[in-house]
Amino acid sequence: MSDLMKVSSTPHVRAKSSTARIMLTVAVALLPAAGFGVWHFGGKALLLILITVASCVLSEWLFCLIAKKKNTIGDFSAVVTGLLLAMNLPVSAPWWIGVIGGMFAIIVVKMLFGGLGQNFMNPALGARCFLLISFSKIMTNFSYVVPGGADVVSGATPLACLKNGDPVIVRDMILGTIPGTIGETSMLAIVFGGCILIMAGVIDMVVTGTYLLSFAVFILLFAGRGLDWYYLSAHISGGGLMLGAFFMATDYVTRPITQKGQVIYGVLLGVLTGIFRLFGPSAEGVSYAIIIGNLLVPLIEKISVPAYFGKRKVERKK
Amino acid sequence: MAKRTFRGGVHPYDGKALSKDKPIRDILPKGELVYPLSQHIGAPAKPIVEKGQRVLAGEKIAEAGGFVSSPVYASVSGTVKCIEPRRTVTGDNINCIVIENDMQYEAAPPIHTMNFKDMKREDIIHIIGEAGIVGMGGAGFPTQVKLSPKEPDKIDYVIVNCAECEPYLTSDYRKMLEEPDKLVRGLQIMLSLFPGAQGILAVEDNKPDCIEKLRKQTENLDHIFVRALMTKYPQGSERQLIYAVTGRTINSTMLPADQGCVVNNVDTVIAICNAIDEGQPLMHRIVTVTGDAVREPQNFRVKTGTLYSELIEEAGGFVTQPEKIISGGPMMGFAIFDIDVPVTKTSSALLCMTKDEVSMWEVGPCINCGRCVEVCPSRLIPTRLAEHADHFNTEGFLELNGMECVECGSCTYICPAKRQLAQSIKSMRKTILANRRKG
Repeated sequence: MSDLMKVSSTPHVRAKSSTARIMLTVAVALLPAAGFGVWHFGGKALLLILITVASCVLSEWLFCLIAKKKNTIGDFSAVVTGLLLAMNLPVSAPWWIGVIGGMFAIIVVKMLFGGLGQNFMNPALGARCFLLISFSKIMTNFSYVVPGGADVVSGATPLACLKNGDPVIVRDMILGTIPGTIGETSMLAIVFGGCILIMAGVIDMVVTGTYLLSFAVFILLFAGRGLDWYYLSAHISGGGLMLGAFFMATDYVTRPITQKGQVIYGVLLGVLTGIFRLFGPSAEGVSYAIIIGNLLVPLIEKISVPAYFGKRKVERKK
Repeated sequence: MAKRTFRGGVHPYDGKALSKDKPIRDILPKGELVYPLSQHIGAPAKPIVEKGQRVLAGEKIAEAGGFVSSPVYASVSGTVKCIEPRRTVTGDNINCIVIENDMQYEAAPPIHTMNFKDMKREDIIHIIGEAGIVGMGGAGFPTQVKLSPKEPDKIDYVIVNCAECEPYLTSDYRKMLEEPDKLVRGLQIMLSLFPGAQGILAVEDNKPDCIEKLRKQTENLDHIFVRALMTKYPQGSERQLIYAVTGRTINSTMLPADQGCVVNNVDTVIAICNAIDEGQPLMHRIVTVTGDAVREPQNFRVKTGTLYSELIEEAGGFVTQPEKIISGGPMMGFAIFDIDVPVTKTSSALLCMTKDEVSMWEVGPCINCGRCVEVCPSRLIPTRLAEHADHFNTEGFLELNGMECVECGSCTYICPAKRQLAQSIKSMRKTILANRRKG
């Protein structure tokens, strides 16, 4: 009988959560924002989302096949990457943008560095910035046709208006009935998805909270508008900030692992986003801020090793 | 300041309902009894009997092999069959004294005939050492050494670890319910060694009946208090327990006594009571036999040296074929591949599970989620430590304070990628400690 017994090192029990379950939760939490995008921008948005997700999953499958590695699409992380990337595409983008973006995200940013857990920057954001630089006209064309109507809405996003000194309506920005990328326009839908993540225990508010807070403080200090709440709320609800703060800055792999590190990281993102938005040539700044933040994570982790339990100010001699 | 808990920790399924309402039942061994000479931390005991010699129940068969060591007693009367290496729970072959039970249970005289009132401090400590008492929570550190700190006057707290935070274990729970008088008496004996100390019975709040019973037992006693702790694993870890009870912290370079604390397990304290008041050496302990593969999960009072296979028979055998058998709890116990190994002073449970949750899952890559950091009671970064350990990077491991790990396994438990973090960290710690000893 004894040869049937299994042995292993302790502990012998495991919590229920798993990588696949976490990734699925993130995908589900992205659905409100994606759904709003489809409702707001029409069926073309849905098509683009499906193409991008398919491109990501297929790229990973093919890469594993060619590299003779174990197939890893079962962990659903490629689905999350695809969804996130699609959220960052304008609805006017042609289908092949989704294909190229998905391939770049998965193959270049993720798999070539060793796959899940090894990538040093968020794959979806890496791909977005790649597309933004390579196809900037396409990626910044935010014009769209209102579903069920013939009107073409010209593509000036509220943030661009804000930069040019034009008026914006904050209520529309919170609801999301504005031009922008597919998944970033509705603050309401994104925050709802963020709440799903928080309640499911997938993320906490450390990165998101410090990011948003430091960004707000930066705007108040340096925008030269004083205590202009309307201006501030337009900045908070505009552009990719909410999507970035809830879904991309919180990406496990590319944010610091300790709480102390996460606070430093959040503040850094807030300040960088503020600098890019106020002083940069573009009205946007979230994607670049997070990518630069990603690159600084190893340095942040060096200075954020937590004090261990029972540490004394002066170490005792052994 | 009492904190009631500590930062970090996990809440595994506790499984205590299987056996918690089963009163302790005495069982007698059927076959030969096996006594490993090393059932404690420190030097192995030295045998003082020879093959063929007749011994009595409660007779010393091996004496302490050094200052940090502990003697071993026969738990039955019979004949010494042999002294040879036998397999023990850890899977190692250790020198054991094997005794053929003559079923007479003829008792040896008590190990002392003194009256507690006439005992001096040295006598009490000597008797506790002579009785072969060690930390029965699992570590097996000789109790007389624990009770002899350099400055006994500076001990402020004598804490009885009644947390029993390991899932499935109910042996301490049953003892608190059935022998609260002995528990409190044992604590009073310990307190007599430390004039400035107060006694604390620290119980997790998932055992309200124990808390009530112990409060009643101690209501007229000035220096003894019952503290309810939050239910969380590893609440019974010495460092975490001291913090929860007193707010004081110790690290790997310190002993509890450095912060004025002495901590002992429930079973140990009851063994102290039996040794001092009745002259009885340590020769039995309570073992919970449980798990979904066992027909009738129960708590047994077992004579040390009894084979585990007999306990399973006593519990009605298996309902279904178990996939994994663990000596101890699921968080820190040993998975055993052979059930013909003996119960020792530190065996707390035999857990038979129909499913092995470890081999059920495939190990994936770390996704840096930080759950291990959140739950680590020592506030380390387990995933980084495990990575350094896997790469044999001693320097990086020490830089991240790897030696502060208490090996509770919370990180492995919580990991969504099912990585064996604790295993990597433990083996690295072992290597580093071995190298340090070599000098």
